[in-house]
Amino acid sequence: MSIHDILFWVLSAVAVSCALGVILSRNPVNSVMFLILTFFAISGHYILLNAQFLAIVNIIVYAGAIMVLFLFVIMLMNLNADVEPQKGQLVQLAGVISGGVLFLVVLAAIKSTVPQYIDKTSNDIGLITNLGKVLFTKYVLPFEISSVLFLSAMIGAVVIGKKEDTHNIPKVD
Amino acid sequence: MRRNAIIIFMCIELMLNAVNLLLVAFSKIYADPDAQLFVFFIMVVAAAEVAVGLAIIVMMYRKVHSVDINILNRLKH
Repeated sequence: MSIHDILFWVLSAVAVSCALGVILSRNPVNSVMFLILTFFAISGHYILLNAQFLAIVNIIVYAGAIMVLFLFVIMLMNLNADVEPQKGQLVQLAGVISGGVLFLVVLAAIKSTVPQYIDKTSNDIGLITNLGKVLFTKYVLPFEISSVLFLSAMIGAVVIGKKEDTHNIPKVD
Repeated sequence: MRRNAIIIFMCIELMLNAVNLLLVAFSKIYADPDAQLFVFFIMVVAAAEVAVGLAIIVMMYRKVHSVDINILNRLKH
């Protein structure tokens, strides 16, 4: 049981339990905190898989920016712990059974595939130099288009979030 | 079964992260850097979607003063 295996199992347990905490917790602020912990656990998994660039980008973008946005919106709305009405035992039982059947189907589909063992093993594909070489030669067009996507998302968010101005309606004589 | 629109949004982010983890694992097995770049673009799209989605939720909250999704499906009527 090397340190690699121990870290893997610990990170997996933390990630799964925090993900369950996101869904099952009553208070929305607690859910956000659990989600941040989940993102840290998944970044740990990325480091174990030697994807260093993605681990750092995950922490900066998801845990640093998106979760702060969520927290701001939750604080803006003053959400307390909400009371969930129980949806009826029959619907919950149907949901559990259909989820279990789906899990069995996916398991059966995976079991019948033959894994291909690729011979080449390169441990350096997660480093930022190698990723940058591929990004700026092969995928330069999606990279530039994603900047346009961000621009349109920013403009859209500002336009949607603006308060309506009821003082500037021009008078009709 | 949760009614809060923000919790639903967070669950969408969780699902996107699950796909990211799977893609990174496969990129390690097949030694292909393209999958990690795809993860990067998924993160880009997720960030843009969160910005716009939260703006929509904030605007609806100003009208209705609730984030209950049973109240927020006004487009149906």
